[in-house]
Amino acid sequence: MSSMSSNLTLSRIPEVSADWQLKDYLGTIRVRSSIGRNSYLVKPGLYQLGSPDSSSEVFVSANYKLSFDILRKNLAGINAWILVLDTKGVNVWCAAGKDTFGTDELIRQINLTDLKNLITHRRLIVPQLGAPGVSAHLVKLSTGFNVRFGPVRASDIKEYLANSYKKDDKLRSVNFNLKDRLLLIPVEIMNSLKQFLLISLFFIALSGITSSGYSFQTLLKQGSEAFIYLLAAYISGAALTPAFLPWLPFRSFAGKGMVATTIVFIGFLVSGFTEQFLLLPLGYYLISLAISSFLAMNFTGASTYTSLSGVKKEMNFFVPIQIALTTIGLILVIVSKFIYF
Amino acid sequence: MDNQVYLKNVATLQFNVSKCTGCGMCVEVCPHGVFKMIDKKASVTNCDKCMECGACKLNCQANAIMVKTGVGCAAAIINGFINKSEPTCGCGGPKDVCCN
Repeated sequence: MSSMSSNLTLSRIPEVSADWQLKDYLGTIRVRSSIGRNSYLVKPGLYQLGSPDSSSEVFVSANYKLSFDILRKNLAGINAWILVLDTKGVNVWCAAGKDTFGTDELIRQINLTDLKNLITHRRLIVPQLGAPGVSAHLVKLSTGFNVRFGPVRASDIKEYLANSYKKDDKLRSVNFNLKDRLLLIPVEIMNSLKQFLLISLFFIALSGITSSGYSFQTLLKQGSEAFIYLLAAYISGAALTPAFLPWLPFRSFAGKGMVATTIVFIGFLVSGFTEQFLLLPLGYYLISLAISSFLAMNFTGASTYTSLSGVKKEMNFFVPIQIALTTIGLILVIVSKFIYF
Repeated sequence: MDNQVYLKNVATLQFNVSKCTGCGMCVEVCPHGVFKMIDKKASVTNCDKCMECGACKLNCQANAIMVKTGVGCAAAIINGFINKSEPTCGCGGPKDVCCN
């Protein structure tokens, strides 16, 4: 009887492959570009990869499709179960921070999928970055399942299994290397694109003002210069700071953003783009410092090592400075219309 | 990478070694190697690397670890300030700010 019922159950469990199809690659490119990133989902529940049996490993994942895809890709050649939690389409680490990848949801899915009757062992492999949401001893208490926190990266799973569930420092440490950071830049750019374009429009419109009325010619000349300065600030904060993060001085991200934009502005001076350091470019330099440091500060959310206490401290110090720089910068830009220095 | 150290002396992590049973879970779950096992007890060897994710606290059966957990994310803090709530990032919600 039990074999018949488990066969019936089995036939209802969706099968997935470790191979990626074209749509998986395209989807990855799409969400990495911040397009439809909040609705890239898989259905929560149990999946079978290959032909798992009652002794196969159970891997727990999130229902953000990219998380699920990266897991199944790295399980190629392994027969396993994948238990997907309902994390509202958010990756494991972020969801663990919000408890959607959490103790309660894991217990709920274990019960919902009747996992106890499907497998004979009592082992669940949960990604280590799920640990901020999953309390192993509470899961054990409630379901009898032993949570083993696997490696941080799915690509280390085979090494982890080969070492009989043991991890060295490499397998448990989070990195933030150049490739990791470069992958995040498109999202940083897209997140602030609208605000950047609105601010640019404002300053371009402002450029047309002269001491003798509004001039379209001045708008073209000074407006394009203004746009280049603002673009430099945007790129410095959203792309250069993430890319060169470990090599920029200061520990605070806002400080790093200021250095990045300063280097670009030195480039403007040296190259002769900025003819002399007069009121107008000085005003834009101050505004750019504020923009770049603000964007760099926002990159704390994407980084893998900043703490809430640290970011609060950084913001308490830098946000007033950013407001002051913007105000003084704006005053200088306006004053430069009427006074020639 | 050792340049992955954020601001110094800000982490709220507190560890009560007298409660520690030496199970090693904190070492197992910490993504930044903040804990090490020394003489069958855990020890905080690098507090400045703590990102306050709370994995150790949640998985410490002995309640030996205290940390004020939260996301180290400026956008989340701004969100919390605007909504007058705890810092939360908008991932999964209608707003597209945060960390993937």
